[in-house]
Amino acid sequence: MANRSQIQARAAMMRVRFEAAGAQVVDPPLLQPADTLLDLYGEDIRARAYVTSDALRGEQMLRPDFTMPVVQMHMSDGAEPARYTYSGEVFRRQEHDPDRPNEYIQVGYEVFDRNDPAGADAEVFSLFALQLRGLPLRAATGDIGILTAAVAGLRTTDRRKAALMRHLWRPRRFRVLLDRFAGRKPGPEGRVSLLDADNVLDIDVPMIGKRRLSEIEARIEALRADRDTSPISDTELAGLETLLNVRETMPFALEQLRDVAVDLPQITPALDRLEARVASLQARGVNVDRLDFEAAYGRTSMEYYDGFVFGFYAEGRPDLPPIATGGRYDALTRQLGNGAEIPAVGGVLRPDLMLEIEEDAQ
Amino acid sequence: MSLKLGVPSKGRLMEKTFSWFEKRGITLSRSGSDREYAGKVEGIDGVSLILLSAGEIPRELAAGRIHLGVTGIDLVHEKLPRWEQQVQEVSQLGFGRADLIIATPACWVDVDTLDDLDAVAAAFRKTHGHRLRIATKYHRLVREFLTDAGVADYTLVDSQGATEGTVMNETAEAIADITSTGETLRANHLKILTDGLILQSQATLWRSRVANYDAADKAVLSQLLGRLD
Repeated sequence: MANRSQIQARAAMMRVRFEAAGAQVVDPPLLQPADTLLDLYGEDIRARAYVTSDALRGEQMLRPDFTMPVVQMHMSDGAEPARYTYSGEVFRRQEHDPDRPNEYIQVGYEVFDRNDPAGADAEVFSLFALQLRGLPLRAATGDIGILTAAVAGLRTTDRRKAALMRHLWRPRRFRVLLDRFAGRKPGPEGRVSLLDADNVLDIDVPMIGKRRLSEIEARIEALRADRDTSPISDTELAGLETLLNVRETMPFALEQLRDVAVDLPQITPALDRLEARVASLQARGVNVDRLDFEAAYGRTSMEYYDGFVFGFYAEGRPDLPPIATGGRYDALTRQLGNGAEIPAVGGVLRPDLMLEIEEDAQ
Repeated sequence: MSLKLGVPSKGRLMEKTFSWFEKRGITLSRSGSDREYAGKVEGIDGVSLILLSAGEIPRELAAGRIHLGVTGIDLVHEKLPRWEQQVQEVSQLGFGRADLIIATPACWVDVDTLDDLDAVAAAFRKTHGHRLRIATKYHRLVREFLTDAGVADYTLVDSQGATEGTVMNETAEAIADITSTGETLRANHLKILTDGLILQSQATLWRSRVANYDAADKAVLSQLLGRLD
C-alpha cells in the first residue's frame, strides 16, 4: 500500500502538470456551509458527508468534493476565462462498505470558458488521459445533454417534461414516469374515481399542515389535465429506448444516434455538439475509434453533470471506484451563480488508486 | 465471567420480556427497589441481567459489552449499519409489534402513494421555497427507503417524540414513525401511504457476534439457547 506522503507527492506532481496547462492553484476550505450542499444535493448528501456544527455558523460539512466551492469561488470573483487546479482531502461517510476509505485525496482541474465548449471538453479529457498514461484503464464517455434534449423535445405537456427532467438521474423513477405517460401503466387504485368526483374536497377530516387547500386543488386540476393528455407516442418512446441503449465506440455511437434522430429530431443540435467534440478529441490525439460511448453513462452517479461525462476504470479491478471522473456542469454554475452562468467542465483524479494499480502491475 | 443479558429497563417491554423468559423457566427480576437498575436471574447459572434503555441495547451489543439483548428490529436496523455482521437474531418474541411507516395529512386527498408524495414534494418546494419536511427519528432507514423509491425534494427533520403532532404544528409536512394500531395517527388526522411501509418490527432477542465468549460463556449460551426453543 502506498503511504500518505507518496500519495501527496503524486498529487503534487499532477497538480504541477495542470498548472503547466495554464491552471491557477486554488485551496477551498475544508468546512463548507451545509445549507448550500443540502440545497444542491438534497437529503442524500447527509448519507455521504460528515456534518458538524457550532452555535455561530450552524451546520457545516466536511468537504465532500471540490466542485461546489470552486464554482462558488469562480462565480463570485473569478476572471474569465479561468482554469483552476487543486488537490486535497475529501471526506465521505461510509455506512455499507468498511473497505472504502472515508478520507482520500483528489486532484482536480476545472475550466470556465465561453469559447469552444467542444475544445474545452477535449482539453480536460486529453489532459486526464495524459495524467493516467500507462495505467491499465478503460475510459467510458457519455453525454447527458443528448437525453436532456430528447426529453425537452417530446411532443407532450411541459408538466410531463419537467417531471421526466427532474428524475433524469434516477433511472428507475424515470422509467415509471415514462411508462405512465405512455399509457402503459395505470395510476394508483381509486385515482380514477377521485378525479371523476365533483366534490373531492368534501371530506370529514380537518385541513392541517402547511400545504394549503389551494395547493391540493391545484394538483387535482393538474392530475385531471394529465388524465386528458394523450399518451407519449410509440415512436417517441421507442426512440428514447433506442437512445438509452446506444453503447458503442464513439464514431459508431454517433452514427446510431443519427438514426435515432430520425424519430427524435430534437437531439440533432446535441449530436452536432457530440460530433464537434469527437473532432476536437481527435485533434488532441485521442484515439476516438477505440473510445467507448454509452448514452446512459453518468445517469446514476454524476448528478450535476449536464453534458459531456467521462470516467476511467481499472481493468480487472471491478472492486475499485473510478480512478478519475469528470464532465460538463453548465447548469451548476447557473444554480450557484446568482443569475450569472458560464459553461464549465472539469474532473478529479484519485492518486491513491493510481498508486495501488501501479503496485498491482509490478 | 458471566453471560450478560441486556433487557429494557422499564415499562411493558420489560414486563413482557420478563414473562417471556418466565415461560421458559428463567426468572428475571429487579433486585432491590423499583428505582434500582440492577437485576437478578434465577433458573439458570452463569447469566447476569443488565437493565438498559431499549435504545442503547443495539449499541451495547455492537460494542460487545453485552452478549444477548432484547430490543426492537427497528432500533437494530436504524442504529447498526451492516447489522447482520454485528448481531444475530435469536428469536422474535411476539410482542412490541410495530410498523415503521410514512404518513401524510388525511386531508391530502390527492396523495396515496410514494409517487404522489414525490410529485407533491416538487410542487411544495416551488410554492414554499423549502423542501417538504418529514419528521422522524429513524433517519437512516427513512432516507434509504426514500432514495430507493426515487423520492426527491424532501428533507428529514429530527423528532424524538410526539412526532404525530409535528404536522399540525407545521414543523413538518409528513412523518415517518412507528405505529401499532394506527390510533395516534388517526387522532392526529394522518393517513399511511399505501406503499409507505418501511419495516415491520417486534421485540427480538439478539446475540452479539462481537462479544468475547470464554469456554464457560459458550456452555451457558448453548444451555440457554436450548431452553428457548
